[in-house]
This record gives sequence, C-alpha cells and structure tokens, in this order.
Amino acid sequence: MGKSLYQKVWDAHTVGQLADGRTQLFIGTHLIHEVTSPQAFGMLRDLGLTVKYPQRTFATVDHIVPTEHQDRPNDPLAAEMMEALRKNCEDFGVTYFDLRSGKQGIVHVVGPEQGITQPGTTIACGDSHTATHGAFGAIAFGIGTTQVRDVLATQTMAMEPLKVRRIEVNGHLRPGVYAKDVTLHIIRLLGAKGGIGFAYEYAGEVFDRMSLEERMTVCNMAIEGGARCGYVNPDETTFEYLKGRPYCPTGADWDAAVERWKSFASDADAHYDDIVVIDAADIEPTVTWGISPDHGIAVSETIPDPAKAATPLERQSIVEALEYMKLPAGIPIKGVKIDVAFLGSCTNGRLSDFREVAKYIKGHKVAAGVKAIAVPGSQIVAVLCEKEGIDQVFRDAGFEWRAAGCSMCLAMNPDKLVGDQLCASSSNRNFKGRQGSPTGRTVLMSPVMVAAAAIQGSIADAREVFAIPQETVAVA
Amino acid sequence: MALEPVISVSGRAVFIPGADIDTDRIIPARFMKCVTFDGLGEFAFYDVRFDPTTGEKTDHPLNDPRFDDASILIAGVNFGCGSSREHAPQSLAKYGFKAVIAESFAEIFFGNSTTLAMPCVVATAEDIVALKDAVEADPTVEVAIDLESMRVRSSAGQDFPVIMPDSARDALISGRWDPIQELLDNEKSIEDRATQLGYV
Ligand code: SF4
Repeated sequence: MGKSLYQKVWDAHTVGQLADGRTQLFIGTHLIHEVTSPQAFGMLRDLGLTVKYPQRTFATVDHIVPTEHQDRPNDPLAAEMMEALRKNCEDFGVTYFDLRSGKQGIVHVVGPEQGITQPGTTIACGDSHTATHGAFGAIAFGIGTTQVRDVLATQTMAMEPLKVRRIEVNGHLRPGVYAKDVTLHIIRLLGAKGGIGFAYEYAGEVFDRMSLEERMTVCNMAIEGGARCGYVNPDETTFEYLKGRPYCPTGADWDAAVERWKSFASDADAHYDDIVVIDAADIEPTVTWGISPDHGIAVSETIPDPAKAATPLERQSIVEALEYMKLPAGIPIKGVKIDVAFLGSCTNGRLSDFREVAKYIKGHKVAAGVKAIAVPGSQIVAVLCEKEGIDQVFRDAGFEWRAAGCSMCLAMNPDKLVGDQLCASSSNRNFKGRQGSPTGRTVLMSPVMVAAAAIQGSIADAREVFAIPQETVAVA
Repeated sequence: MALEPVISVSGRAVFIPGADIDTDRIIPARFMKCVTFDGLGEFAFYDVRFDPTTGEKTDHPLNDPRFDDASILIAGVNFGCGSSREHAPQSLAKYGFKAVIAESFAEIFFGNSTTLAMPCVVATAEDIVALKDAVEADPTVEVAIDLESMRVRSSAGQDFPVIMPDSARDALISGRWDPIQELLDNEKSIEDRATQLGYV
C-alpha cells in the first residue's frame, strides 16, 4: 500500500523517537510574528540558548498593525511588541519583513507570496491558521509559544502522528459558489471537532481545478474543523504559482526541486484512515448563524430552531448561540441587517479575492449606515490591487481601502466592532467577542457574499444581488 | 533539566459550563498584547466574568467566592478550541489552575497545557456531571487526579476513570513534560536529518 503526502513528509522529517513516545520532527520552515514569539525569545534567553538555524525562520508583523495608517504611532503596548520583534530578529539573525520592507503582511499571506512556503516540507508557526500553507503540499502546524521556543532552539519539535482523512469534492461548483463556501460546507458536515486527531487531505476534481489562492482559503480553515493541518497535493498549479518567487530555487535547482516536490504527492494507492466524498453541486453559498464555525447554513435556509434539535445538547447549543447572536429562531438568514462588512484576513485577503469582488461591485454602493472596509493581506497584495485600479473600484463603491494587516479578524489593533454590531466577514472565526467587542457578532461568508451584504445592508444572496447567471453546467 | 514529576494533582474544583469553550473566551485577544506571560491570570475568562456593558461582575463561577480556592477546572466538550495561543493555558495556570478535567480537549490546547505541567484528563459526561454536582453542592470537596491509576477521586465519594494519551501521561509522571532538553540532546541527529533533507 502506498503512502499519503502526510506520511511521506512525516517520515522524511522524523529525527527520532523521544522517550515519551512522541516523534522529534524536523521543521523545514518556521514563521513568526509579534504576538506569540516574544515570550519564546524570552525563554531562549532565560535558558541561555540560541537560534539553531536562523536562516530557516522568517518574521513579519500583522496582528497589531493599525491599518488606517501603518506608520502612525499607536498604543504603547503594540509599539513595545513591534520593537521586541525587531530586536529579537536582529539579535538572533532572523529575516524580518517589517513595515518598511514593502513585503509585510499577514504571515500566512507573506510566506506563500515570497515562495518561502514550499511543497514536501514541514512548516510551523505560533498561529493556528498555519494550516493555510498546506495548500502547497506542505505539512503545516500551528504551535504554542513553548513549541516556538523548541523550534527556534532546535529546529525540531515533539509531536504525535495524526491520522489522515481524505476529503474529496467532485463535480462542478455552481456559479457564485467559492472556495470559502467549500470550506464552510465541509466544516458544517463534519463539525468543528470532526477533525480532531486528523490531517485533512483535500482532493478531487474541485481541488484539482482550484487556484493556489483558493486552496489556501480551504486549508486555512482546516483548524476550524478541528484538524491540526490540511493540505492539497502539489501539482502543476502549485509549481506555476511558485516559479520565480524570491525564495524559490532557479535554473537546474528549480527542476530538481520540482521533481522532489512531485515525489511527495500522495500515491494513488495511499492508505487513509477515513475518506469523505462530497458532491460539489450540493454546496451553496454558505453563511454562519452562530458562534462556532460549524454553525453554517446555505444563504437560502432559515436559522435553526432549538425546538427541532435532535438532542438536548444540540438544543442547548442553539439556544446559547442565538441568544448571543440576538437572532430569532426559524427566520431566513437572508435579510438579517448588518452594520459592518469586513473583507480581508488570511482566509480571504489575497489578490484574487479583491479581483473577484471588484468584478461585481462596479456601479454599486455600500448601503447607508454600513461601515465597509477592505484590507489587503499584505503590502504586495495592496500594491498589486492598486496597480489594477482595484482600490479605486472599492473606494467608488464606498469601501474604506486600508493598509495590510489582520485588521478586524481579531481584536488586537484599532479595527474593532463596537457594541453588538453585526459584521459580515470574510475571516475565519465567529467566536464570541472575536472581532473586538465582547458582544460583537460575526457572520462568516465568502468575499463576494460580504460585498453583497455591504451593498444590500443585510445578509444577501450574492447571486441575486449581482445577477450571477445560474445556467446549468454542461457535463462534458 | 530536571523537572518535577506530575503524578497527582489535588485541590478544590470549579465547573465552567458550556461546550466548545474557545481560547478567545479563555483569554480575549486584546489581553495578548504583552511580551511576557506574567500577569495573564487576572484576565482569564475576562469577558464572561465581567459584563461587557456595565463592567460589573457576572454570575460566572469564577466570580463566586465559594470557588476562590479552586485549582482544578471541570469543563465540557472540546475545551480550548480555537487559536493556538499558549496565552490560554498560561492564563489558567497563572490564575491558579493545576489541572483540567473535561469531556474532550482541542489538541493544541492539550499539548500546550502538558508542556506547562498542567494535566488535562478526559472523563465521561456522566462522571463530569456527578463531579460538578458534588462540588457545586459543597465547594470544599477535595478532588484528586491520580495519573498513575488514571482515576479521579473526590472526598464526596466520586471515583471514576479518566483518560489521557500515554505519551502525555508518561511525560508528566516521568518529569519530561518540557521536552526541550531531550530535543537539544539529539543535536547530531538533527543535523544529519537537515543535511539529508538538503536543508542546511
Ligand atoms: S488574519 Fe486573523 S486568523 Fe489570520 S493570522 Fe491574522 S488574526 Fe489570525
């Protein structure tokens, strides 16, 4: 029986077995940012240790960066964190894509953009959305700060092997259905805890056809489904995306790298612990109605009714979610008023996301009373959008066009919900208080759906707002 | 690095209701603006302990003086889901918790907690309800988690099995919960692996 990519990467990176039975795993690439690294560098200093392979660690600043004016001095704690990162990178010889580099951005946008994220390797970062990098056929883990210390000091960490679940999505997505809907649909089906103990291998016709950026959107939310990592096998799309990027090999080295990368793809007869097959035609534009990423429904559906719950536990969870969301049971989700529209984050803050939305919002205006912000995932994404005039399209439609950062995905910079504002968001988490107000409400959806909600002033079906034709897909 | 073995943990306990308690709930992101973990204890569960609009204390169990001395946290399913922030277990540890008993844990949270010598053990829903009822009826009930026999016993008479992956259990009882020394000791194998992978 053959091996999956997960198994091959794991085996190739195994240094040895630890006394407690865990594997000591070599980490090919380590990404760090300002929130979870200062404590790790502090621990290194306390233990008198140094960074083992500084050339294998890359840093950027994203969570705390103000996006209205990146350079404007902000709150002293944020300034202290930024300064700590700069100093740690300098002291230990780590490459730092800072605000003046022209390359700064959300760590999960920057790694791929620079060609640092490559197939067949292990990647670690003190951030749970590290799974994003799996889109390239890498095994990428979010880790805690003590593990950040371990990786800095030894380029390895202690880990237990995972099981592998192959999730195949076959057929054709309908027009107006995006990678974000695919990932929300998978989480809805398998649950927010369904992936515990698993690595997710995303495969099938839909993934074969997806761009790298779309694959990143799906892998990004593997963690919301409970999986420790998610990946797509590397193919020509992957190599094409990487070719010519700053940290990728060139010439004969490039050819050798491609051969090596190919060898990591799952064998046709690979062993999987579980296989799930999904028909792409079943996937609708999906939105969340509650406080967990698996609280998802098609935009045409009604908000769940606790009275119809299958178990008392489910009933209780619906009641709690609706109470927090201040939404009545049983009404259509379409039409629920929004206050804020947020387009950005490591899930959907890339060039293709803004391009796709720009296609539709020309000639439309953000509804009165809605605050709409568009936040590029990196300085490079911002520049590329600006070159194409996309920023102007957003401004003309009434969006604020911001500078790169995590922004309103979480509450560590000035972009925050106020009171119980309801936000149509292209980010990845709808937890209570996630977007900065302890009573703020988040509804997750695709970027085009966020734009539709912004224009309508309420949750809307983008296919209707933008008259996306629904011709039946010809079967070849 | 000689570490203290963690063989058993005992103390009073408090039940935190709800499933899928995520790390944002355990420590809201705005309190992560810090360069050390010191002082995070006072912000544990902040947004559910204090009313967001009035700032007043809520009826959260951690505001109930009867549970002031609790050092064991009892919870439901998927405790610690969400982000990988170690700030979450750090804030619980700094608050004074020494162990967590729950129906299930999110993996990253579990791993982070083990590395802090804060065992997380899994019990059945029925056993958790019984233990919760006992400590709520009498907060002075002493709860003991024994990692050798993998049982939880209480002075109110509960006695039930708990589970934890063998590797984490071994790491705790043999005082190897922080793997750094062992990782460092394998320097030669690390370098060999890096060369083989073409990584150096
Ligand atoms: S955009 Fe959001 S999810 Fe992504 S790294 Fe930033 S805070 Fe985390």
